[in-house]
Amino acid sequence: MGAIGRLVARLEVDPRLFGMIGALIIIWVGFDIASDGLFLTPRNLYNLSLQTAEVAIMAIGMVMVIVTRQIDLSVGSVLGVLAMLMAVMQSRMLPDHIFPYESPWIWPVTVGFGIVCGIVVGAFNGYLIGYLGIPAFVVTLGGLLVWRGAAWWVTTGQTVSPLDERFELLGGGVQGTIGGTASWIAGAIGIAALVFSALRARVKRAAYGFPVRPIWAESIVVGIQCLVLLAFVTVMNAYEMPELAAERLAQARGLPIPEGGIHIAEGIPIPVLIVLGAAAIFSVLLLRSRFGRYVYAIGGNPEAANLAGIDNRRMIFWVFVAMGFLTAISAVVASARLQSADNAIGTGDELRVIAAAVIGGTSLMGGIGTISGAILGAVVIQSLQSGMTLLGADSSIQNIATGIVLVLAVYLDSVYQRRRRI
Amino acid sequence: MMTTASVSAAAPAPATGRTPLVEMRNISVSFGGVRAVDDVTIDLFPGEVVGLLGHNGAGKSTLIKVLSGAYHADSGEIWIEGNKVTIANARDALHNRIETIYQNLALADNLDACANLFLGREELLGSGLLDESKMEDATRKVMGRLNPNFKKFHAPVAALSGGQRQSVAIARTVHFNARILIMDEPTAALGVAETKVIHDLIRQLKKEGIGIFLISHDIHDVFDLADRVTVMKNGKLVGTVRTQDVTQDEVLGMIILGKMPEAKTAA
Repeated sequence: MGAIGRLVARLEVDPRLFGMIGALIIIWVGFDIASDGLFLTPRNLYNLSLQTAEVAIMAIGMVMVIVTRQIDLSVGSVLGVLAMLMAVMQSRMLPDHIFPYESPWIWPVTVGFGIVCGIVVGAFNGYLIGYLGIPAFVVTLGGLLVWRGAAWWVTTGQTVSPLDERFELLGGGVQGTIGGTASWIAGAIGIAALVFSALRARVKRAAYGFPVRPIWAESIVVGIQCLVLLAFVTVMNAYEMPELAAERLAQARGLPIPEGGIHIAEGIPIPVLIVLGAAAIFSVLLLRSRFGRYVYAIGGNPEAANLAGIDNRRMIFWVFVAMGFLTAISAVVASARLQSADNAIGTGDELRVIAAAVIGGTSLMGGIGTISGAILGAVVIQSLQSGMTLLGADSSIQNIATGIVLVLAVYLDSVYQRRRRI
Repeated sequence: MMTTASVSAAAPAPATGRTPLVEMRNISVSFGGVRAVDDVTIDLFPGEVVGLLGHNGAGKSTLIKVLSGAYHADSGEIWIEGNKVTIANARDALHNRIETIYQNLALADNLDACANLFLGREELLGSGLLDESKMEDATRKVMGRLNPNFKKFHAPVAALSGGQRQSVAIARTVHFNARILIMDEPTAALGVAETKVIHDLIRQLKKEGIGIFLISHDIHDVFDLADRVTVMKNGKLVGTVRTQDVTQDEVLGMIILGKMPEAKTAA
């Protein structure tokens, strides 16, 4: 512990992030051994990344909600009603009344409509909680029931299927990826951005004469980030489109099918790209903007924030608006992946999302939590579920294991916090 | 006029007709049916420390929170440098360069010194994002003046000692050029050595012409620092006296009995 502890301190990385990555590696390797090498395959990791997206997107918003000492129990139900509204919009309202069937305008209008509805629901929650002062637990517990009921009313319980073809690409099905070449380019852009921002921060700190971390430590941190990104792109590109689908695609584009079958790399699925994009934007907002600074300040000490001239009620309102926006995005991904929507979609998501945030180091006492941690937490939860499914454990066992891991993670975190204070 | 003001700053004499830095006139505050503050008038001159004394519930914190914008007065006026002002919230108070240092609730524990120093008044880049480097630079400069040994610029303030936390709070005052400082029990949570550091800081701020309201239980503290003391009891003003004119026992008598000492007139 001593040597590793000192290394972590020198690298100036949050030790909890370190611990979480370690736990994830143990889970992955453990499942891989237990499943005779089925877990760490491109196919499984590709599916894992897809399944994580729905929870990860909402976990970004949940971090902000919990950091401001609030909670949102309604996200699963709100996701349900938004998915139903968008399903009806794209498969009935728009084709029947406005655009011709299969028009390329259907998906953007549907997504825009869903986002507006999500923001309206979030603003409504934010108003009740921030301005009327009703506890978030109560408002969103009510919302859990209200919006699930509303999801049923949209079609009086009928399942809506199929959805618009282009809309379904947003769920990351067989063709819902950006392909091999674009994935390499995206990876290269990501690496360039990581290196550039690290260099820029370093140069700026040096210009002011602030202490900077040693160059070797900086190189290790940035190097590991780049390697993870590179490994991710490599794995996504190693997963090939199923042969039949690839042949169909080749025929549709008039390409010849070579000897020995056709190999098309899947690349990064669109939902994962959405997660990464949303995480990047909201991380900047949370860590580099006034808004984020106030979110943390309110969570750390609401009274001090108020005395510093911060309008706590307004901040809480906007945090819930952001949560509504992200729930809408998640509703797009979830329904597009299922290629249908019914009134049960998103059931239980609120608990998975809260668990992801908490496993990722977000403190329910407020003031502490990061987006990257929450996304890692989402990956941990999904890895457990996916791994156990692979081993043939049924859902009752999965629930038991996930619950135990949640409690264990929070316990370990509190032990760490106590030791750090002494 | 101004030169005499600065010369006589150490021994304030309201009778000379100088303009007070702050005058709170006939302030009353009620909570429900309870009159927490009842028709109280106090003033403060540049470079002066005025101690506010009284039992718990005497109304001194309530009175001062009217000045820092946390509470509204039901009646009364606030004058700053001869101008009547309205202080409806904390932002208005900061606008009038009134800073408040609370015993324990002024800092966000999860944020670092720099974030706390600039809380609510962050420096921004052209892009609208936080100018972290500029803020850290300013924080290092101010803390270098106040507490040269301070090194934990990136630790959450929860990890700092009581004295370090208070020096972060005081750094806000210095950096933002406050002219009126309210200190609510600034040393209540501190050890002896740290209390001395804060006392030295108060004297330094006083020398720079800042007016300070010092709320304290500790009568020794107040006698050590204050030029005048104002005593309150049950929401009412007992009186204001110059510390050089009275003994600690006489002031204790004011706190307990709620009466001015014999043969003393209000300063």
